Amino acid sequence: MEFDTIAAISTPSGEGAIAIVRLSGPEAVAIADKLFRAASKKALAAQPTHTIHYGHLEDPATAEVVEEVMVSLMKAPKTFTREDVIEINCHGGIVSVNRVLELALRAGARLAEPGEFTKRAFLNGRIDLSQAEAVMDLIRAKTDRAMDVALNQMEGKLSKLIGTLRQALLESIAQMEVNIDYPEYDDVEEMTRPIMLEKSKWVRSEIDKLLQTSSQGKILREGLSTVILGRPNVGKSSLLNSLVQENKAIVTEIAGTTRDIIEEYVNVRGVPLRLVDTAGIRETEDIVERIGVERSRKVLKEADLILYVLNYSEALTPEDELLFETVKDMDYIVVINKTDLPQKIDLEQVQKLAGDKLLVTTSLIEEEGIDQLEEAIAALFFQGEIEAGDMTYVSNVRHIALLHQAHKTISDAIEAAEMEVPVDMIQIDVTRTWEILGEIIGDTADDGLLNQLFSQFCLGK
Amino acid sequence: MPQYEAGTFDVIVVGAGHAGAEAALASARMGAKTLVLTMNLDMIAFMPCNPSIGGPAKGIVVREIDALGGAMGRVIDKTHIQMRMLNTAKGPAVRALRAQADKVLYQQEMKRLMEEEPNLTLHQGIAEELVVEDGKIQGLITQVGGIYRANSVVITTGTFLRGEIIIGDLRYSSGPNNQQPSIKLAENLEKLGFETVRFKTGTPPRVNSNSIDYSKTEIQPGDDVPRAFSYETTEYITDQLPCWLTYTNEQTHQVIDDNLHLSPMYSGMIKGTGPRYCPSIEDKVVRFNDKPRHQIFLEPEGRNTREVYVQGLSTSLPEHVQRKLLESIPGLEKAEMMRAGYAIEYDSIVPTQLWPTLESKRIENLYTAGQINGTSGYEEAAGQGLMAGINAAAKVLGKEEVILSRSDAYIGVLIDDLVTKGTNEPYRLLTSRAEYRLLLRHDNADIRLTELAYAIGMVKEERYVKFLAKKERIEEEIKRLRGIMIKPNETTQQVIRDAGGSELKDGIRGADLLKRPEMTYEMISQLTPSTVELEDEVKEQVEIHIKYEGYIEKSLQQVDKLKKMENKKIPDNIDYHAISGIATEARGKLAEVRPLSIAQASRISGVNPADISILLVYIEQGKIAKISV
Repeated sequence: MEFDTIAAISTPSGEGAIAIVRLSGPEAVAIADKLFRAASKKALAAQPTHTIHYGHLEDPATAEVVEEVMVSLMKAPKTFTREDVIEINCHGGIVSVNRVLELALRAGARLAEPGEFTKRAFLNGRIDLSQAEAVMDLIRAKTDRAMDVALNQMEGKLSKLIGTLRQALLESIAQMEVNIDYPEYDDVEEMTRPIMLEKSKWVRSEIDKLLQTSSQGKILREGLSTVILGRPNVGKSSLLNSLVQENKAIVTEIAGTTRDIIEEYVNVRGVPLRLVDTAGIRETEDIVERIGVERSRKVLKEADLILYVLNYSEALTPEDELLFETVKDMDYIVVINKTDLPQKIDLEQVQKLAGDKLLVTTSLIEEEGIDQLEEAIAALFFQGEIEAGDMTYVSNVRHIALLHQAHKTISDAIEAAEMEVPVDMIQIDVTRTWEILGEIIGDTADDGLLNQLFSQFCLGK
Repeated sequence: MPQYEAGTFDVIVVGAGHAGAEAALASARMGAKTLVLTMNLDMIAFMPCNPSIGGPAKGIVVREIDALGGAMGRVIDKTHIQMRMLNTAKGPAVRALRAQADKVLYQQEMKRLMEEEPNLTLHQGIAEELVVEDGKIQGLITQVGGIYRANSVVITTGTFLRGEIIIGDLRYSSGPNNQQPSIKLAENLEKLGFETVRFKTGTPPRVNSNSIDYSKTEIQPGDDVPRAFSYETTEYITDQLPCWLTYTNEQTHQVIDDNLHLSPMYSGMIKGTGPRYCPSIEDKVVRFNDKPRHQIFLEPEGRNTREVYVQGLSTSLPEHVQRKLLESIPGLEKAEMMRAGYAIEYDSIVPTQLWPTLESKRIENLYTAGQINGTSGYEEAAGQGLMAGINAAAKVLGKEEVILSRSDAYIGVLIDDLVTKGTNEPYRLLTSRAEYRLLLRHDNADIRLTELAYAIGMVKEERYVKFLAKKERIEEEIKRLRGIMIKPNETTQQVIRDAGGSELKDGIRGADLLKRPEMTYEMISQLTPSTVELEDEVKEQVEIHIKYEGYIEKSLQQVDKLKKMENKKIPDNIDYHAISGIATEARGKLAEVRPLSIAQASRISGVNPADISILLVYIEQGKIAKISV
């Protein structure tokens, strides 16, 4: 039988040390070759079957190295599905394995349906008839489970948001259809390219946001990357220690001297943090220190949250102000430490520099102010635009893949609208987007459009 | 009633409305000896509702009927009083032609065509009973005891089955326009086990043109350019009549509000489901009460009559209320009402009881087409009639059945929707029902369907040869434009500047230049004229093909996927109840619809992808025997 190429994570979800993404189908090897850079420099297509290869996965869009992997190459027919099969062994952890799967999907594979590998094995004669019923049960069970998940998601904020996007698209589509099917109907505004363009752009930006939260799935899985920043000797290490002592450390110290980066994993009121202490960020001649500083800058750039520590008993220095400048577009909390000592800092000036960011005063030595800081962190996280619940949803690979597809189709619509393509053609991609978004929340009922049409407009001729 | 042997035919068509006429002509043209039986020979191809043919989606159906060798396009081309191309400001996929018909001339022309068709016998009579033996149709018996024997029967009874007209609180047994209803046949179908539903439709009052004050209305003329539905038409009607536009107002709506209690729609007297896309005026006013006015189109019913159809005022309110409604409308204050509007309720059969050939699953060689299948609209009826006629004849003649795919034609979409999903209101084709509408255009109906029509004998050699030549010219010209380089000389730049585009920096291929939104084929041909004279239809094809290549390509890819699914056939003798993995609801639906392919199965509502997967596993294994314990 002729099939397309499918991909899926074939190891149980969870935090295994190794995870496997499996591809099966006529394009499996070609897709893998688009992503995989073997240490041997040889393409998989040129390798003998049933061999394992070490190398890296590269994102073809950015040429960025994504993962260090082992790839098993198994050519048809002596494989599980009797098709060409590629198994990419990557680091466990939902984020990295999702990333690998996403790459495979973007390179042309289709996300496998529940039980589809087994189904193919069966259809290609790999499994005999006596196992047929087992296969059917498997498909049924997996689908039911997937549907349970879908049902849960119906309650979620994601489904609400997707619902809103779909409704907005549907209204435009319905309006367009009325324009087409009832051209003389004078009561409905003519759907024009600018309106279509504006709406499409809005939908795309919302999809963008969702896709961003999908990359922020790492916040929950790996912890919110939190950098403790400040001049030397303001109490950065004390803050780190306080947070660690106060909270159960998940992973202990990874590496470092005082001049290097120290990472600690803690859970602050339900928010997992990956705490990073940095060596002071300032110009230095000291080589060892400079290496520390360079790495610090990089860490800073990638941070989700910054705890910026100031000294209560010292006046603000130009260096402090420079640091304010450095973090100005980032999420940060100002921690003014050492309230046990006499005040020399100008709090008004600090507030001015910090703008609408939160200020917390602490005396880490006296163990004061830690609670307030933790509350501030939690508040910032939970009251922000992103809620914890949502993020698990959008970390669902199927959803990410569909969102990418929706992003592609709505981008096509936007491009067409800008190219002055007729509106009814632009609508083809808009409608497709609407359908794809429907797949995310499991709503594929196709009478939705007609219902909308007839409830929204009073139609005659 | 004594019975007598009245004759033997290959195919009998019952009814000669828009479905029946096409069915009879198609069957005869396919080479089957055909009888068409109608209650009243003067009512052939009668238009009981609006005097117009075509419009969005529907107009494309007329083109498809023509490409397949049907009659509707040819007849309306000869008998219209006005034609307009709609949606000209939009893309080519949604353009559609609509004609205002001279109702009487249309009927006469259709009757003449049928009378002249070899192999076709016309007879006035009422079919009352179907003769069925061993689950197969054998013929029928008429009200005067005539026994007509046939291999296949096509029933196209429209709204006649137990038809009832309703005006105000008056309700009486009748077909449309006070013709006889068909009651015995309805009872017979019920006895044979057909599941039916009650649908409702309606029509507005007609007024005398002499009593209309047109100065208070807006004129709606036809197009200046001559237009035609049929690919065979060479003579065009230039003498056109206009339609007129007026509006309801608050006074009209007040009349309705005040008299709503007299409306059978709201008193509960009408039980049948009406179409949402063609609501009565009382429905419009109640459901959209914030709308200050509704459009009313005044459409002449023909050249030799003063009767005018009041489009948009469909109603079943009592006659005296209808008079008040007319009085409230600008231009109609003094209008003489010639006929009152009415609602009509009728039986239609649940169309999931049919195969995609429109043959009944219950009784072999029995076909149904048109409004009896739950549709509304002349074009929908004609499209089904054509296909039922073709298939009824094909079966008798031992030829292969003809099923149009959703990617072939709107007619394919229509029939697939009906037999796969059924319908819970009178079904009308809408552009949005076609997922491949970019491929199912007005302009390319011949390219889509002539090949098939020729192969089954619906289109003659001469037309086919002409078609092949046209197709070749299109392909040649596309090839030429893809190859030829246009140099950025002053002439070129001038043409581009005039079109509002930005000048060329380098040479460009003709096709690529045509892809620019501001460029047209005419402009390109100024720069690089074709060596042969090309007709407008060819130029149009070339332009659409090149300009929208990307979109067409995308649609074709989707069609590829569809075809793969369509090629996965489901064996006829499959026992869905023996497949344990399929969900209960899906199993019931599959057993009811009995889809022919996986593609059709996947369109049944309530059948989800897991069910399809399991079905595939089951079929591929080639074991129809029970798998589970």
